[in-house]
Amino acid sequence: MTAMLSSRHLMTMDDVTADDIALILDTAESFAEVNERRIKKLPTLRGRTVINLFLEPSTRTRMSFEIAAKRLSADGVNFTASSSATVKGESLRDTAATLAAMSCDLVIVRHKYAGAPQIIAEMMDCSVVNGGDGVHEHPTQALLDLYTMRQNLGHLEGLTVGIVGDIAHSRVAGSLVPALRKVGATPIIIAPPTLLPARPDILGAEVAYDFDQVLPRLDVAYMLRIQMERFDEAGFPSLREYARLYGMNMKRLSAAKPELVIMHPGPMNRGVEISSDVADHARSLVLGQVESGVAVRMAVMYLLLGGADSGAAA
Amino acid sequence: MALLLKGGRLVDPAAGLDTVADVVIRDGVIVEIGEDLTIPKGVTIECAEKVVLPGLVDLHVHLREPGREDEETVSSGKRAAAHGGFAGICPMPNTEPVADEGSAITALMDLADDGFPVQVFPVGAMTVKQAGELMAEIGDMHHAGAVAFSDDGRCVQDSGVMRRVMDYAKMFPVTLMSHCQDDALAGRGVVNEGVVSTRLGLPGYPAAAEEIMIARDIALCELTGCRVHVQHVSTARGVELIRVAKAAGLPVTCEVTPHHLFLDEDMLDLTYDTNRKMNPPLRTAADREALLDGLVDGTVDAIATDHAPHAAHEKQLEFELAPFGTTGLETALSLVNTHLVACGRVTWSQVAQWMCHGPRSCVPLIPEQRIEVGRPGTLTIVDPEARVEVTREWFVGTSRNSAFLGAKLLGKATEVLVDGEWALKGGKVVER
Repeated sequence: MTAMLSSRHLMTMDDVTADDIALILDTAESFAEVNERRIKKLPTLRGRTVINLFLEPSTRTRMSFEIAAKRLSADGVNFTASSSATVKGESLRDTAATLAAMSCDLVIVRHKYAGAPQIIAEMMDCSVVNGGDGVHEHPTQALLDLYTMRQNLGHLEGLTVGIVGDIAHSRVAGSLVPALRKVGATPIIIAPPTLLPARPDILGAEVAYDFDQVLPRLDVAYMLRIQMERFDEAGFPSLREYARLYGMNMKRLSAAKPELVIMHPGPMNRGVEISSDVADHARSLVLGQVESGVAVRMAVMYLLLGGADSGAAA
Repeated sequence: MALLLKGGRLVDPAAGLDTVADVVIRDGVIVEIGEDLTIPKGVTIECAEKVVLPGLVDLHVHLREPGREDEETVSSGKRAAAHGGFAGICPMPNTEPVADEGSAITALMDLADDGFPVQVFPVGAMTVKQAGELMAEIGDMHHAGAVAFSDDGRCVQDSGVMRRVMDYAKMFPVTLMSHCQDDALAGRGVVNEGVVSTRLGLPGYPAAAEEIMIARDIALCELTGCRVHVQHVSTARGVELIRVAKAAGLPVTCEVTPHHLFLDEDMLDLTYDTNRKMNPPLRTAADREALLDGLVDGTVDAIATDHAPHAAHEKQLEFELAPFGTTGLETALSLVNTHLVACGRVTWSQVAQWMCHGPRSCVPLIPEQRIEVGRPGTLTIVDPEARVEVTREWFVGTSRNSAFLGAKLLGKATEVLVDGEWALKGGKVVER
């Protein structure tokens, strides 16, 4: 395989074409097989240095990237907010310059503020993957979601995907909507007006306030997490009312297409955006998403770091 | 000491001038205007192909002294003003500490008395520490030399406090300047709420947050009869509100900035250029057009820069963390020529109105200026064909956080005279 991605970074979904997405998903498929083996390791990225620059607490995403790097034999180093100079007031630019001076090949950056990956890319001569920037984008999440959909539904083109919840503050939605459009699927964003961005019309997604009205059209119901920690400025009166209007429960599941699948980026608030019985239902792909995450992130790292020149995949 | 300005195009609507003629300045005063003038001894400046305007004034600048002298001092700001063609500037009081008492205004006047001939017209704070709670000593500051009062950068949220300040201030011949912003609605907003906030995942600052406070201040103007000047109007409805207020005869004036006239939110992209982060934020292309319409029909009185110097390391932070503001003193006139005069949309006479007479009429304590015999020799001379490339190195001011870095502009002030003294000569700031 000598294929390459069209950009050396994955900072936003603008960086990838439909062909890039297909290549990433196909590559991920070959890596998924590795994850089933007893010895889950390939020599592919031996000698390459991958830095997880996580300036916002995130255990799950960081672990997924970390495992992906280890399975490709890359040298992974974690730089997290608590262990970093940032608590001493070092700027992101200086942190990036410091990392650049240690020469690394790939930086995964997660930060509270939009545009952080662009600052890293400006300061460092290596590839940059956005592991989530503010409420802007989280492209590897969108890619693993596409992968999960393709594995379970067999195709992406023509799927109708309802993304339900706090669209305005969701970097997941920020990447998933353009990602779905690129692969020929139809995104519908479903939320009360208070949880929509100022101009949902420019996202290229259909917008619905009434979940039940669009539910029968959906192939995928993608439930976003309600951020309980920012409840004081929440755009709804109570969790109870939110769950009633927008929560996925058994009643809604039975009103949907029989092949509807449920997805959630985690961590779930059981009883709020997703009822416990739906979360554990056979049609819930939540754990499958987590599993796909490792393979997709392996694929992204592998392809960004030169693909074939670092050795064959599986 | 006599000075002869030879063959320039004199443009001054207040003096009814748009003609090629010579000007003689003696002892700081214009003593003769006419054709083929000579002086027995003194200095002759060739002004052929140049435009001679009455000295420009910028109603809205931030000098960072005291507190952030690394970003701008009174002296460096005066030189930046001269480089941009301004003969006078109004520094805002949001220094550290805030200029909220007479002694702070006196201290500023002392700093401004540095021998460099650009006039400084101080603006004091309306409320103590600009906290929006207790009225500041407006009378004391006025007696120390403050010409206007503003909590710029912040907006008095409590309408009762604002009403009291306006009621009190109207006994002095001063102007209240208002930075109109409803804090609860603006929230953590850093860009215009709409397309750009959606696309870049940044908190939005809706136009309504500005317009609500413009409407409030107009209502308070009517209630109190106090003159109010709306700072940096950025939205179409804001201009419309002021248009209606003026039609009703209320003493409301306003200004627009070059960045709101010549940039809009579509110019913010995935580079997250923090030099284009300002308050109010860049609005839409339609808002830009409305601001220009407002200038042309007289609703907008003045172009003011909101010159906001910031340290490079602070502007280089994440977009949401970087401070608001762009420098403006040095680029304003060149931008106006490039985008409005050179392409024939407006005349030099209109520019003189918006950058000289308009500002002075908003703040009556700034003396009038005309190209007229007996008036001070305070003039701005422009070479409309000069080419300017805006690079970091080109700036004279201490900070280089310009939203227009990289722009290629047409036209540049080459001379600034204040009371017959050179601040800018041959395009260079005069060393003193």
